[in-house]
Amino acid sequence: MKHLKKIAASALALSLAATSMAYAGGAKIGMITTLSGGGSGLGIDVRDGFMLAINQSDNKDVEVVIEDDARKPELAVQIADKMIQSEKVDILTGIIWSNLAMAVIPSATAQGKFYLSPNAGPSPLAGKGCHPNYFNVAWQNDNLHEAMGAYANSVGYKNSYILAPNYPAGKDALTGYKRFYEGDLAGEVYTKLGATDYAAEIAQIRASGADSVFFFLPGGMGIAFMKQYAASGVDIPVLGPAFSFDQGILGAVGDAALGVKNSSQWSKDLDNEANKAFVASFQEAYGRLPSLYASQGFDTANLILSALEGADVKDADAFRAALKVAEFDSVRGDFRFGNNQHPIQNIYVREVVKEGDVLTNKIVGLGLEQHQDAYAQECGM
Amino acid sequence: MTAALFFEQLLNGLQFGVTLFLMAAGLTLVFGVMGLINLAHGSLYMVGAFACAAVAAATGSFWLGLVASIVAAAFAGALIEMTVIRRLYNRDHLDQVLATFALILIFSEGCRFIFGSFPLFLDVPAILAGPITLPGGLPYPIYRLSIIVVGGLVALGLYLLIAKTRLGIRIRAGEADREMIAALGVDIRTLYTIVFALGAGLAGFAGALVGALQSVQVGMGEPVLILAFVVIVIGGIGSIKGALIASILVGIVDTLGRVSLPSLFGLFMDPSAANSIGSSLSSMLIYVLMAVVLIFKPEGLVSQNG
Repeated sequence: MKHLKKIAASALALSLAATSMAYAGGAKIGMITTLSGGGSGLGIDVRDGFMLAINQSDNKDVEVVIEDDARKPELAVQIADKMIQSEKVDILTGIIWSNLAMAVIPSATAQGKFYLSPNAGPSPLAGKGCHPNYFNVAWQNDNLHEAMGAYANSVGYKNSYILAPNYPAGKDALTGYKRFYEGDLAGEVYTKLGATDYAAEIAQIRASGADSVFFFLPGGMGIAFMKQYAASGVDIPVLGPAFSFDQGILGAVGDAALGVKNSSQWSKDLDNEANKAFVASFQEAYGRLPSLYASQGFDTANLILSALEGADVKDADAFRAALKVAEFDSVRGDFRFGNNQHPIQNIYVREVVKEGDVLTNKIVGLGLEQHQDAYAQECGM
Repeated sequence: MTAALFFEQLLNGLQFGVTLFLMAAGLTLVFGVMGLINLAHGSLYMVGAFACAAVAAATGSFWLGLVASIVAAAFAGALIEMTVIRRLYNRDHLDQVLATFALILIFSEGCRFIFGSFPLFLDVPAILAGPITLPGGLPYPIYRLSIIVVGGLVALGLYLLIAKTRLGIRIRAGEADREMIAALGVDIRTLYTIVFALGAGLAGFAGALVGALQSVQVGMGEPVLILAFVVIVIGGIGSIKGALIASILVGIVDTLGRVSLPSLFGLFMDPSAANSIGSSLSSMLIYVLMAVVLIFKPEGLVSQNG
């Protein structure tokens, strides 16, 4: 598991016969993502979304090398070094977790490589540590939480109990929520990262007199929390970012998630042509519904492909400019970059619903319109 | 904290302790009887949870899933005992750690291969869903209460097994002197396989019980495994009674620490600093407990050698 490497260039059959278009140049892309162990569902979705776009493209000169970081920062750094030095990739992408991103991205961009983030958006890289070769195609970490804070105001919550794991992204999450939320806090709790028993916290929530609960517990933590919350009989409404309610884990949470409001920059029912085609083709290719991670992988690949049409990846300035204009059909609808090369985008509020037997999300409102992250002005670009 | 809340948190701690006990009992038996460090015990926990989820999804019955979890984990345990573990008894601990760590990797990737990377759905059975009102007007999840009861019954059953049955006498004898019991004509190989399968079955059972409450996913066993090792070190290696006392102690200390430390620091610090220091300290608390116990009782609370 941990040390298993997948060099998937051959397996994923990318070296198809060259039918190169007029001026769409090739590129070698290194994808470092989490494909084994805990949290591998996220990496697999990003990879599948990314490869779907690559396979749908006419540009057959794009080569993708995929390796598994097993969610380990030291492994991610080794893979990045290898991809840069011996594989000679032009572009890096794929990292899911902020701690891995912080270990890899600054050194990769300093070596003149492009990095496009399909998931993590740690605040240092959006503010003072922004870099001309770093593009974030997903969101800055705080964004979805900020939208939930704004939503809590709009529905009149005055006393939130907020909860996140005790690690940097957990603190970013609660900071993001508090940046927009204007009411009081009934409690603010940091749980141990990876904890799966929330009986003690749920008992405190019951006793706190809160009118709403905001939590950021990605992956298995969120599954455990929602199931235990539903079983406890506490009926205070729950809010969260999409990470605890994405397509990959809703099935495991079950009906306990029904009716929960969550924030996301993407939803499968977003009404635009690119999204409809994406959802249909993803389902056809992989036999499951796409998650927001898959949509981010898909957008990242399409952004790269769009830039390759206008510029040669070896000409860094031209390629950077081509990325920055972001001339591609995003599944999110409108997509543009701010000065720090992070997205300025709508963040929607979704509700967990049941379609037939399948739990999924539908958009019920707009959390923040054309939202830019709070760190952009600290960036010198 | 009100009395009712405190009592609820005590119950939470007890329930957490009982699930730890189901893990630690098997681990301490295997360590005590065979002198084997089995890192793959957490994988058997995962096997139990996956078996329960798969059978419950296929048949719609949680109870069949529960039976399947014990059977699957015991079978997996017996299988690895006969193929891998058996070769390790006479080796030193480093070899055992290496081999059983390899088993973790094999089990995790095997589960991922069969069930995929996404967590499986496993919910508590309908009759145990929802809360029950305890005397004093305190609502408490029925399922958690049931876990406490079941854990107590398992502890009682293990006590009777070890203290009152012929198998138990042999297990204790194997713990005390394995050459002698072999010389007396007891088939030690079969005995070891049985003990290992028993421990594995308990781990699988714990995995299924907890899986319904938490999430069934690859890698779920390892965090519990670490806690189970803490429990058997505190309790005294090889002692079921020690494992029971230590797991309840660890469960209650951990739960109450998580709840009370942040508010304790809040008395003299600003809330956000108190929160982060309190939560960081509370996650260390059981290791502090282990260190303190080892200072005063280096062989654990219930020592086997004296």
